[in-house]
Amino acid sequence: MMLIPCPWCGPRPRVDFSYGGPDPADHPRPADDAPLEAWTRYVYERDTPKGSARELWRHAAGCRQWFVVERDTVTHEVAGSHPLPGAPRPVGEDL
Amino acid sequence: MIRYSALSLLRQGFAGHGGWPRAWRDADPRPDYDVVIVGGGGHGLATAYYLARNHGIKRIAVLEKGWLGGGSVGRNTTIVRSNYLLDANAAFYEHGMKLWTRLSRDLNYNVMFSQRGVLNLAHTDAQMEAFARRGNAMRLNGIDAEVLDVPAIKQLAPLLDTSAEARFPIVGGLIQPRAGTARHDAVAWGYARAASALGVDIIQRCEVTEILRDTKGAITGVETTRGRIRAEKIGLCVAGQTSRLAAMVDLPLPLETHLLQAMVTEPVKPCLDTVVTSGAAHCYISQTDKGELVFGGDLDGYPSYAQRGETPLVEHVCAAAVSLFPAFSRLRLMRTWGGVMDMSMDGSPIIDRTPVPGLYLNAGWCYGGFKATPAAGWCLAHTIAHDAPHDLVKPFALDRFARGATLDEKGAGPTPALH
Ligand SMILES: Cc1cc2nc3c(=O)[nH]c(=O)nc-3n(C[C@H](O)[C@H](O)[C@H](O)COP(=O)(O)OP(=O)(O)OC[C@H]3O[C@@H](n4cnc5c(N)ncnc54)[C@H](O)[C@@H]3O)c2cc1C
Ligand SMILES: [Zn+2]
Repeated sequence: MMLIPCPWCGPRPRVDFSYGGPDPADHPRPADDAPLEAWTRYVYERDTPKGSARELWRHAAGCRQWFVVERDTVTHEVAGSHPLPGAPRPVGEDL
Repeated sequence: MIRYSALSLLRQGFAGHGGWPRAWRDADPRPDYDVVIVGGGGHGLATAYYLARNHGIKRIAVLEKGWLGGGSVGRNTTIVRSNYLLDANAAFYEHGMKLWTRLSRDLNYNVMFSQRGVLNLAHTDAQMEAFARRGNAMRLNGIDAEVLDVPAIKQLAPLLDTSAEARFPIVGGLIQPRAGTARHDAVAWGYARAASALGVDIIQRCEVTEILRDTKGAITGVETTRGRIRAEKIGLCVAGQTSRLAAMVDLPLPLETHLLQAMVTEPVKPCLDTVVTSGAAHCYISQTDKGELVFGGDLDGYPSYAQRGETPLVEHVCAAAVSLFPAFSRLRLMRTWGGVMDMSMDGSPIIDRTPVPGLYLNAGWCYGGFKATPAAGWCLAHTIAHDAPHDLVKPFALDRFARGATLDEKGAGPTPALH
């Protein structure tokens, strides 16, 4: 099973987590008054990369925070993770 | 090609079965075709067959990067049904059901279509009401559906734990008696053989690496691992790889590629002659003609191209299966495997032209594309031949998302893993 490193809790088995779409940095939310095409792209279209991907995951059965996981969609290797901009600081990070 | 019949079987039997010819030609690529179909799964082969048979198109190639039937067509759990709520889905899958009932004769190949019924179990009153609603919608669309109470279910599947003490007590069910299963490899081979007999070139170990276009953007052919092949019409039938192929022409799609697993037990004597599904327990079960019990469940839940899943889901599906059928707890699991799914954003498929002239799309089959094989091939062939969508697939248009005309059977919204 994949081990996913939660930035706050540390590595935990994949079943503790749920997948939530692409990294918002790569798939940003359009402005409220953006044209329909921009909203269609945001709501419905996905790049669904083969190989290395940046994805949003949530530690659903733990601290319940959303964060970004770098993961390979072919080998399932997990390269790392980081909090979303503006999220509370992970424990142990230099203050 | 020899026609398969009782007589040819008898004749070959007396000759020690040494004289059967190859079922289909393993062709080498020619430099150009009228239509190139990418993907030698069920959908690609069916499309090629109907292009040749229904539309008289002569020069057709099916390009397969691996071997024929190595994709999801050979990995699925073989359920065929048309028990849909929404009119567009009902009409399309019911057309498919009619093609299924005569497929073995059409192809002169026994696809072992077995109309053993597909039973959906309800574990709550609310679910039962949703089933009654779907059953009524099916009947209004001329599709068979019956709401069953617990004694009827007990009679149908005596090994099912219908007691009040069950882990997930059963309160009723919905059955489509004409639904059932078919032999998946036979569907791939039957279409391959019938298409090959009509002159279709089936080309294996031929991966499309680039889609070629002229200065106006129209399709001119493909670059492959076996050289360049010219064609003005290309049909994409690559299931879980669709987003990768579409990326070659910068076409973003409402798809996400996910992983689905299935598993079989050791073979036992016949003990289950229908397909039993429980959405609440996330598990469905049938018995193959060899006697193995086939278990399937939900997606692993994250994007993947691995065709190989993780053990927690296997454990979950087995736990659910055993809670429904306590007697199965003594069986040993023989094999587990996985396949990749082109999950769409509303759970319904896409069959359409694309903004790229000459490029046709067949995708978004989620985990239900095996049953769609005949109807999808039929409708995509029409769409390619006429450069206009078949009536049955107009609701499956690519632009339905932008128009807000999604076909969301479950009302799950644009979260592919939930469909
Ligand atoms: C475990 C599991 C259970 C399922 N259960 C059911 C079920 O019970 N009922 C049901 O209706 N459906 C089921 N499905 C879904 C169904 O199998 C698929 O939706 C369907 O098979 C997809 O269509 P296909 O047969 O054409 O795909 P595939 O057989 O996957 O064909 C696509 C082909 O395209 C080829 N390809 C990809 N990229 C390229 C390239 N660049 N160049 C050349 N070739 C390429 C691939 O190698 C592959 O052979 C299940 C799927 C799985 C994995
Ligand atoms: Zn955590």
